[in-house]
Amino acid sequence: MREYELVIVGGGPAGMAAALSAREHGINDILLLERDRCLGGILNQCIHPGFGITYYKEILTGPEYAERFIKGIHAAPEIDVRLQAFVVDLNKEKIMTVLRPGSMERIKAKALIMATGCRERTREMAHIAGTRPSGIYPAGLAQKMINMEGWLPGNEVVVVGSGDIGLIMARRFSLEGAMVKGVVEIKPTCSGLIRNVVQCLEDFNIPLYLGHKIARICGHDRVERVTVVRVNDDLNEIPGSAFDITCDTVLLSAGLIPENELIEMAGVKIDKNTNTPISDEVNTTSIPGLFVCGNAFKVYDVVDWVTKDSEEAGIQAALYIKRNP
Amino acid sequence: MNTRMICTECPKGCALSVTVHDGRVISVRGNECNRGVHFAHQEIENPKRLLTSTVCAEGLSVRMVPVRTDRPIPKDKLQEGMALIHTLRIKDPVNIGEVIVTRFLDLDVNLISTRSVK
Repeated sequence: MREYELVIVGGGPAGMAAALSAREHGINDILLLERDRCLGGILNQCIHPGFGITYYKEILTGPEYAERFIKGIHAAPEIDVRLQAFVVDLNKEKIMTVLRPGSMERIKAKALIMATGCRERTREMAHIAGTRPSGIYPAGLAQKMINMEGWLPGNEVVVVGSGDIGLIMARRFSLEGAMVKGVVEIKPTCSGLIRNVVQCLEDFNIPLYLGHKIARICGHDRVERVTVVRVNDDLNEIPGSAFDITCDTVLLSAGLIPENELIEMAGVKIDKNTNTPISDEVNTTSIPGLFVCGNAFKVYDVVDWVTKDSEEAGIQAALYIKRNP
Repeated sequence: MNTRMICTECPKGCALSVTVHDGRVISVRGNECNRGVHFAHQEIENPKRLLTSTVCAEGLSVRMVPVRTDRPIPKDKLQEGMALIHTLRIKDPVNIGEVIVTRFLDLDVNLISTRSVK
């Protein structure tokens, strides 16, 4: 079984920043595992601008921000990168099983940094009633379809939830020629950044229904319409307020869930409300030498802060390795 | 005349209070940095947006190449810009920052790749 000083799981912004920082602090035996075919993580599909303002003092798109780190990783011989590598189990000794096309390998880490990011909340988690036709997508999945695959998943769109991904996708669908018929938010305020309300909704005359919710999704094979209702202060339906919006697509922007099932398997104490490790210090867990950084540790608004905190994780891991030779 | 607007230059989204006279900006308040002043002038006098999108790739390692205008373009040209982008195909490897279309829409703006693609 091959043993590395430091293994990092996840080659997005968090994992790349942690790897480069650990190397800068004297660690020269680093393995970076990424399940996709390329590094960069979710940044590759975030083609809109707004990244790097704090970290680089420039306004970059996601792929541009990612590429600066990817170049740094490829220029560092101390960092061994494996793509299409999927970790399927992990124990408290920091031994993991890694699947790659055609191979299965056991790897041990002296220190481990998990930078596994988030997954999206689904329609079932958001408790939306109605039928189960096709045409219902988490907003980030729709973003991947349009920006990575070149598919337009629908023509008449209603966005549920006013998180930033939902607002940005409302603009993206509009630019691609789809009709975005509204963004429906149950709370009285928008959850996304105010700049995104301006440049993603107001610029394209997309209505924002605050204090409203989807009562049901209707449609047999494909989404045909949604029924929208106003809610009172207790978020309950106000009788008589229902109206229908015809659409063929419903996008869900209902929040993110940190992906921490592997560390849970290893015995790390997890807060089941947030699905994040219980910890009194950034990036640490209940297992010494097992760190979590980026959106897996907590959901960040801006990638610049992911980078900053993940660099800290690289330093924490380097210190742990030096103190436990 | 006083106008309120949200600066969209960065995720902070400063709430600007802008004094306008005869279509010209007289003063800007509420901005945390100088970009807010520039934004207020542009938004009143000639609103512009950076256009980001994707271009179909043919025979490369990815299906879509992300692109953007290297400078903001007039807001009312966004759809025209998208129509042009839909006609484009990228068949050769590109570097990040490489120009895909010079003088995009006959503006003093280039369309550039935002990712290196082999």
